Amino acid sequence: MSLTANKYWHVVNIGIQNTLVYRINFLFRAAFGLVPLMATIYLWRAVYASNPDNPAVGGYTLAGMTSYYLLTTIVDALTAVTDDDWQIAGDIKDGNISQFLLKPIDYLTYRLCLFGAGRLIYTAVAVVPVALFIFAQRAFFVLPTDALTLGCFLLSTVMTALLQFLISYSMALLAFWVLEVSTFIFILFAFEYIAGGHLFPLDILPPLAVQLLNYTPFPYQLYFPVSVYLGRVTGAALWQGLIIQALWVLAAYALARFAWRRGIKHYSAVGG
Amino acid sequence: MNPDSLRSTLKRHLSIYLALWRNSVVREMGFKANFLLWIVVEMLWFALQLSFFLVIYQHTERIATWSKWEVVLLIGASHFIQQLFSAFFLSNCVQLSEHVRTGRLDFLLLLPVNTRFVISLRVVDLGAFVNVASALAVMVYAARELHLVPAPLEVLGFLLLCGAGLLTHYSLMFLLASVSFWTVRAQGIVWGYYNLFTIARLPEAAFRPGLFKAVFTFAVPMLLVSNVPVKLLAGKLGSPGEMLLLVGMTAACALVSEWGWRQSVRRYTSASS
Repeated sequence: MSLTANKYWHVVNIGIQNTLVYRINFLFRAAFGLVPLMATIYLWRAVYASNPDNPAVGGYTLAGMTSYYLLTTIVDALTAVTDDDWQIAGDIKDGNISQFLLKPIDYLTYRLCLFGAGRLIYTAVAVVPVALFIFAQRAFFVLPTDALTLGCFLLSTVMTALLQFLISYSMALLAFWVLEVSTFIFILFAFEYIAGGHLFPLDILPPLAVQLLNYTPFPYQLYFPVSVYLGRVTGAALWQGLIIQALWVLAAYALARFAWRRGIKHYSAVGG
Repeated sequence: MNPDSLRSTLKRHLSIYLALWRNSVVREMGFKANFLLWIVVEMLWFALQLSFFLVIYQHTERIATWSKWEVVLLIGASHFIQQLFSAFFLSNCVQLSEHVRTGRLDFLLLLPVNTRFVISLRVVDLGAFVNVASALAVMVYAARELHLVPAPLEVLGFLLLCGAGLLTHYSLMFLLASVSFWTVRAQGIVWGYYNLFTIARLPEAAFRPGLFKAVFTFAVPMLLVSNVPVKLLAGKLGSPGEMLLLVGMTAACALVSEWGWRQSVRRYTSASS
């Protein structure tokens, strides 16, 4: 058991060293990523300024709306899959995956370690621009109301990271069957982007749309932990949400395992 | 240069460009399903941008001075310019850092044509023209909702200003791609620029005067490229000076871009030899 842990600990180490090469790239990505975010916040300010008689659009004050976007930036930095899916698809396409079939190493665990290492470095690099940005907007930054909320938020963020990873992993395994997976990745990303709450908080949508979205995994990929942090989900709804999120993680895990087993049977080791 | 040799240079470049087009058609038809899927991806993202604003307009009548259909017109125009940019320039700009990294640039520098010409226009993305058409359709629909009946001269002005916007995007992206002569991994920077496209589809009036607005008007004129043409079409121009500003900024970006490119090529030492 400790041997296994040791083995994957090495993977994490290698992952950290490999991603450190990209630190400047990460810095650019994090800094450039803040520009559209800033623009969105200014846009909302203009919306609120145009409606002086309605201080709460869809139940959000301007301060609430701003802190929503600040929180999505943080959760996104901690949990988003940036390059892993492309690398997995690349491994399959180029036949690199053959070596994992021969070694006593589990590919899913291996990728998960690399994903964790990548997120660690990305967060460490992104901390600089994001902290500066939050400092500039500090009037709108709120702390969680109590320790329980913070704990639930952290738990939910970990599950969000797992869900993001497992869904992207399963998607990348499509490379076993099709030559070019980038279009599928972008289509999935589009859904995650709008239905996950990147663009706007989901509860400003009409109630029916919100209800429908709640039957998909997308809100649990970003929107849910953010609402937990902001104290918009409490009591029974909070526990229920956490359980549903855990079930989605399990479902995504089952899908990932299933897709891998089917994919390996289909695999012809091109170039390997 | 005398007029005769100018004409023959133009003619030669035109015939080269036609050959590049033929190449692109052949290449795209090799992967038909993929070609169609990319069109779907772009349409999906276009719809997503539109729906963001439709959701906002569920909660407000106006954003600053802009009504719903005016903003739809703006998003359409911005998509129109962006897809033209993708059609002609995007993948070429992204590939520049690969040319530098692999040393393939040696070969391109040796060709008896203008190097910037062949690097910028080598590949044509044909699928983008389908998306140009969908942007046009959205613009026509929005213009009808606004009861706009633009005079032919206004349409011409709109198209010319869109052309200026297109040239601005190209100049800036190419300048950024030239950074790859200094750091090999410039693709991240080039994709970072892609983020700035999101600003081009926002109504400029939503931004109060300040650092943000100044930077994206006078340094990286994202708030001009699609706002100015749409304001001309929708009769929202404060003064004709705004059009002059866009044209002036386009010229400035083109000059800086050409200067940066020449500086970069001077530094090039080739990767393979």
